[in-house]
Amino acid sequence: MSANLASDFLDASVRNATPLLLAALGETVVERSGVINVGLEGTIIAGCLAGLAGAAAFGPTTGLLVSAAAGLAIAVIFAFIAIGLAADQIITGTAITMLGLGLTGTLYRLLYGDSGAALRTPTLSPIGIPLLKDIPFIGSALFDQALPTYLAAALVPILWWWLYRTQSGLALRATGENPDAARASGIAPRRVQTLAVLIGGVCGGLAGGTLVLAQVGTFAEGMSAGRGFVAIAIVALGRWHPVGAAMAALLFGMASTLQFFFQALNLQVPYQVFLALPYLLTLLALALSSSRYRAPAALGRRQQSVD
Amino acid sequence: MTVRRVTRAILEPLLAGVLAVLMLAVLLGVSGYPVGEALSALWRGAFGSWSVIASGTLVRATPLLFAGLAVAVAFRAGILNIGAEGQLLMGACAATAVSVAVPPSFGAAGLILALLAGIVAGGTWAAIPAVMRLRFGVLEVISTIMLNVVALNITGLLVRGPLQETTHTFPQSALLDRALRLPQLMTGSRLHAGVLLALVTAIGLAWFLRATAPGYRLRMTGANPAAAASAGRIDVGRVMFAAFVLSGALAGLGGAVEVTGVTYALYENLSPGYGYTAIAVALLARLNPASAIGAAVVFGALEAGASAMQRDAQVPAGMVGVVEASVILVLLASEWVGARVAARGASIRGGTPRAENLPGPAVS
Repeated sequence: MSANLASDFLDASVRNATPLLLAALGETVVERSGVINVGLEGTIIAGCLAGLAGAAAFGPTTGLLVSAAAGLAIAVIFAFIAIGLAADQIITGTAITMLGLGLTGTLYRLLYGDSGAALRTPTLSPIGIPLLKDIPFIGSALFDQALPTYLAAALVPILWWWLYRTQSGLALRATGENPDAARASGIAPRRVQTLAVLIGGVCGGLAGGTLVLAQVGTFAEGMSAGRGFVAIAIVALGRWHPVGAAMAALLFGMASTLQFFFQALNLQVPYQVFLALPYLLTLLALALSSSRYRAPAALGRRQQSVD
Repeated sequence: MTVRRVTRAILEPLLAGVLAVLMLAVLLGVSGYPVGEALSALWRGAFGSWSVIASGTLVRATPLLFAGLAVAVAFRAGILNIGAEGQLLMGACAATAVSVAVPPSFGAAGLILALLAGIVAGGTWAAIPAVMRLRFGVLEVISTIMLNVVALNITGLLVRGPLQETTHTFPQSALLDRALRLPQLMTGSRLHAGVLLALVTAIGLAWFLRATAPGYRLRMTGANPAAAASAGRIDVGRVMFAAFVLSGALAGLGGAVEVTGVTYALYENLSPGYGYTAIAVALLARLNPASAIGAAVVFGALEAGASAMQRDAQVPAGMVGVVEASVILVLLASEWVGARVAARGASIRGGTPRAENLPGPAVS
């Protein structure tokens, strides 16, 4: 029984961590280029609604693609204003979040009626990997998940390789540290940052799609419920590194799962403690981390309007 | 304040309001809602009568003004405090805790204690990211976002635990005793004395920034920290810490006023994102405290009108969120256009462009 419970817990933690990891991996790329996109929350909720609409029309797998496209569209707006027009990134991001939350709520009512009644969509079924999924304890958590989990897991080494082992990854990190020096060495900082923001948008949209298509199966206004901000915390806790993000996302996934488990077991532990704990941990980690693991030096800095 | 500045402080929010209504009209038309009916509901809900202006628009504008001032003063000092939401909530929690603890016989003294508690709690909550930024180099953007979530969870914990009402059924605090509430300004309306407090605070803050030495140091620190430190011999770290705490205190006071003047109890969802809309308020006011009054009224009217529009014309309230966001984005874009025009004019005259941008996020 207790082994079963532990396995269930791990399984649910990985499932809860998946949208967080997808969003955080995208934001890692964005922040590595020196841009902070606080509009991630708006991107995720756009991905949620687009995923639902896409799945209702074409099935869940296509729905996932539609959610990525919606995330990309939101990222284009952010990139145009924050990078193209060199406006303040924080204010732009805040507006994008407001836009995403408002627009999805309005569109949902327009598309599916004023009642806002829940429209259910078929979800992505878990893809079990033969033999591996039967490994006791970790089998179902790691090898019997829906498509987005494998996608997120694959992205971790891919992004690591890109950021640390390729010329273009180096250019991206150089831009995040010192755009002027990057420009002097022949890199176009704004082009690099725009690309990074678009990648972040696709990942954020996928995160929203995952939430709807692999977990909830429906849309509700404001269902992203702060996951965009969680993802930004994960990026920081993961020290702006894909592998770090994966570990941090799992931690946040476990914390939110713990909340459900305590409720299900009827334990009288205030669940808010578990919800707040990862954030406090992140703050502590940020304060204590050595200067080697600091944020990209140019993070959030407004760009000059000429390249 | 010169006549020109006063005119601008009134005209700009007004223009933004007109722009917002125009955008809303287009949005309504595209989505197939009856435009005229919806807009007239918006108008009735925001400015339909004196009592609606008082109970709706002004009551809604008050927390936006406090939080908007908090954002403006932080941004002026070069601090990207996006934690007004959490600081406001902590202020509300502290004010409730005091109001529940003091006997009603304290009357006005109890009320003042509650407001002070809100100020202290908001300031203390802001001191955390301030110390993290100045001692450990943690970006305040990231730390304040996280502290907002922590504050929300603390509020949730309090209304289900130590501060829960006596029957222990609802996730909210007990209602504040009448003697400990902010006095009403008009009988039969919800307009409370907190509105005046917000106005006085805005004007006081404008004077502080413009006419006092600490206000000058704050502005210099935000405009160019390196120059302020070397040429002005300003202790930049100390000024930033003080500005951060002041910012949090303003938001905390806003939370305390909301509890003692409007809700009379602590709820988990006390704030429908006041701390985030406040960023729009501060931006529309060009980080000028006096102009924030008009900006807060514009956004207060939009939100009050949105409720009426939802009630009378079944227009989803989310649409106003879209409009608010669009106004911010248009403002950002117009700032860019303005800077271009100013730069061209300056180069024609052979002078340097007058930088009137927002302070860029000063990253250490």
